Amino acid sequence: MAKNRKLLAAPYLIWMIAFTVIPLLMIVYYGMTNRDGAFTWDNVMAMARPEHLGALLLSLKLSISCTVVCLLLSYPLAMILRGRGINQSSFIVFLFILPMWMNFLLRTYAWLNLLDDGGILYTICENLGIPTISLIGTNTAIILGMVYNFLPFMVLPLYNALMKIDQNVINAAKDLGANQVQVFFRIILPLSFPGIVSGVTMVFVPSLTTFVVSDLLGARKIMLIGNIIEQEFSTADNWYLGSGLSLVLMIFILVSMAVLNHYDKNGEGTSF
Amino acid sequence: MKRFAVLGIVIIMISAVLAGCNGGTGSPFAAEMENQVQEETRAASYPNGIVKVFNWGEYIDESLIQQFEREYGIQVIYDTFTTNEEMYPKIAANPSLYDVICPSDYMIEKMIQNGLLQKIDWTKVPNIKNMDQLCMERVQDFDPGNQYTVPYTWGTVGILYNKKMVTTPIDSWSVLWDETYANNMIMQDSVRDAFMVALKLLGYSCNSTDENELQEAMQLLKEQKPLVKAYAIDEVRDKMINDSAALGVIYSGEYLYCHEENEDLAYVVPKEGSNLWFDGWVITSEAQNVENAHKWLDFLCRAESAYANFEYITYATPNEAAKEMIDPEYLNDPGVFATEERMDKCEIYKYLGMEMEDMYYELWKQVKAPEVSIFGWNPFAEEETE
Amino acid sequence: MIKKICSQIYITLIFIFLYAPIVTLIIFSFNQGKGGQWRGFSLEWYRELFASEMIMDALWNTLIIAVVSAIIATIIGTISCIGLNSLRGKAKSIYLSLNNIPMLNSELVTGLSLMLVFIAFGIGFGYPTILIAHITFCIPYVILSVMPRMKQTDRSTYEAAVDLGATPIYAFFKVVFPELVPGILSGFLLSFTMSLDDFIITYFTRGPGINTLSTLIYSEVRKGIKPSMNALSTIMFVSVLILLVVSNRKKKDGME
Repeated sequence: MAKNRKLLAAPYLIWMIAFTVIPLLMIVYYGMTNRDGAFTWDNVMAMARPEHLGALLLSLKLSISCTVVCLLLSYPLAMILRGRGINQSSFIVFLFILPMWMNFLLRTYAWLNLLDDGGILYTICENLGIPTISLIGTNTAIILGMVYNFLPFMVLPLYNALMKIDQNVINAAKDLGANQVQVFFRIILPLSFPGIVSGVTMVFVPSLTTFVVSDLLGARKIMLIGNIIEQEFSTADNWYLGSGLSLVLMIFILVSMAVLNHYDKNGEGTSF
Repeated sequence: MKRFAVLGIVIIMISAVLAGCNGGTGSPFAAEMENQVQEETRAASYPNGIVKVFNWGEYIDESLIQQFEREYGIQVIYDTFTTNEEMYPKIAANPSLYDVICPSDYMIEKMIQNGLLQKIDWTKVPNIKNMDQLCMERVQDFDPGNQYTVPYTWGTVGILYNKKMVTTPIDSWSVLWDETYANNMIMQDSVRDAFMVALKLLGYSCNSTDENELQEAMQLLKEQKPLVKAYAIDEVRDKMINDSAALGVIYSGEYLYCHEENEDLAYVVPKEGSNLWFDGWVITSEAQNVENAHKWLDFLCRAESAYANFEYITYATPNEAAKEMIDPEYLNDPGVFATEERMDKCEIYKYLGMEMEDMYYELWKQVKAPEVSIFGWNPFAEEETE
Repeated sequence: MIKKICSQIYITLIFIFLYAPIVTLIIFSFNQGKGGQWRGFSLEWYRELFASEMIMDALWNTLIIAVVSAIIATIIGTISCIGLNSLRGKAKSIYLSLNNIPMLNSELVTGLSLMLVFIAFGIGFGYPTILIAHITFCIPYVILSVMPRMKQTDRSTYEAAVDLGATPIYAFFKVVFPELVPGILSGFLLSFTMSLDDFIITYFTRGPGINTLSTLIYSEVRKGIKPSMNALSTIMFVSVLILLVVSNRKKKDGME
């Protein structure tokens, strides 16, 4: 019986091999060959060239800023939601998912209407006599776009993790004489750590690799590593270099996630 | 959680009803079945099969597509691209993906060289007689013997400027390096056009293959970057119309439309010379609907189609018969239909080979990629000064 | 009390941030003409929306792909969870880490690598390729939602049912399945949402002439998006919002 049941895991295993493992091997293959099909390390080493390294470092800077901002915005929010009744807060949580039914590109594009010069914010500033600034084409605009798009991915896991904390544990700590600060740092924060880990993962990875947000809000003056890789495939017609760069990026992400997960002692994400 | 689920299902139902407005392609909930149904309805209304068209964005009067479908009983599968460079890899990976494509001169040359195109059977395109002979001759520059290309539009690259926002006369590419217009100019975001501007300003050919010349051009473009408000291709038009920049590098074909939307906009081909370009329709080597592709080409060569297209996209047409219908005011506007003299100052792009292409792209990436900066420290810059 | 007001203000600010662009989208769907300036109220974009075959096709594709890939991903994901639950040790952890790859891997790499495979094995781009790609990135979310439920189910009830003469399949559907339902539904909903909102993976795996809303919008971005897109989003958004409010009301009424 148990053997039969194990077989149920097989179809997806085959699926994963066909559509996850083999595709990754393809990236490895292309990344390690040149146009003539000969083996080379050049495409992988190309990440160290100034133009690629510059883009990677800028992407890192922006995605780390975005992750930190998301965390700082979401944690208080999740705490507030925890303090409310289940019903009310699940309604509010739903309001966080709701924007996702509005297309991702359209939502980001809407920021152009708000931020561009001649846009709404610009007109308001103009009328109030405040000096006008155009954010489009700056790093700030890109961080803003990232935070806007990925914030729900931080709020949801944090909320789930905080909801799982037993109120009795907190009460016990209080009974034993812990003050608010101690309760937060000794109880709530460590217990919500799995939520933080999965939230950080779900915000950091897409913001590190995005090419859409920078394309839309960066006036195409700002090239992130995602733009570089996308363009190697879509316009430069150099799949070898593109694969080499994505291979490095992928390993970088996997290593940083492994490090992060090392600190998540439960070992099981609580993303949803 | 249950509530969410119920909600989700209701949403799907509502959306499906919404989508149901989309006529025949109604209810089946599996993509396979959906395909089948589409095929059946298609067979009914399009007895002569399909033709797969790959064109620039907003580069045809869309009513022409419907007219073609009705008249010939052929369904048009229509897709668009933004740059030649973006189109090429898709076709190179699978030449049967589309039947007819509309690339530019140097890209047609590249595709011919790489065997991605097939010769046109001119007996099936009788309307080619409408074409301007002079234009057909110039096309031989990249398509010797006129074997592959049906010319569609042509023009120059120049500067579109807002008369109200500029203070100096605009007649040189050098204004694009003028600090007075800092953060007030829009630069072309395609490799060849961007390098053309810098190479011409330096007095070189826009088909340069000399590494030193290209390095110089790259440095120049790098210097320009802080002054540029945005790199753009199709958005140049809307931005200029909305007064959001004083200068923009643009294709001559956009000028008429821009001028009609915003009277202050004027177009100039700088004195250093520029690029003369042609876009033309070609048939891919492994096209599956060759017969229909020829019909598409012939249809677009009709004087009426070319005229409708001119009215809609405002790009100069090489169709002599259509020109008779066009308002002489436009025909005599050198911004729209460049004069012989102006054309002679300009150069057509050539395909420079894979290696040169990689080099152009590599240099362009160096222009656009951010500087390496580790908390403001750039190890590469230091190496240079040492 | 002050704490409550502060938290209220905080939530409000976050919602302003989240909804400001959406509100502008909605407002501009009623604008006359294109562009960022308000030129007066008009319904022209709504008329244009229903007349545009391209948008309607894209909407249909988006929904059908989201529904089909969510259903298939939910079925495969749930079945694998059952199998996975009886795996132990190393096999299980390898299986789970394979499952995590599409989530840790950026969408960019997932999309690109699938594209390379489709090209290498000569699989023509079209509905099947988009579906395969969407299913691939949806299944992990289903497994993540169903697995915790699976662990909570009490094995002994199932065994009791079998002891009392139920066939394993009957026992499964009568005893285990009902407990999994919430997890399965949330996995389905999550897949549906992810697929609906996806751009990057579709961008790399779509075939000629097949657009979802995302890819259609991306091709329009360069030329300036037509406000008829805003009109469509407004309709979708408002219908979801109404459903949400109504169901929330009903639930409240039911409780009282």
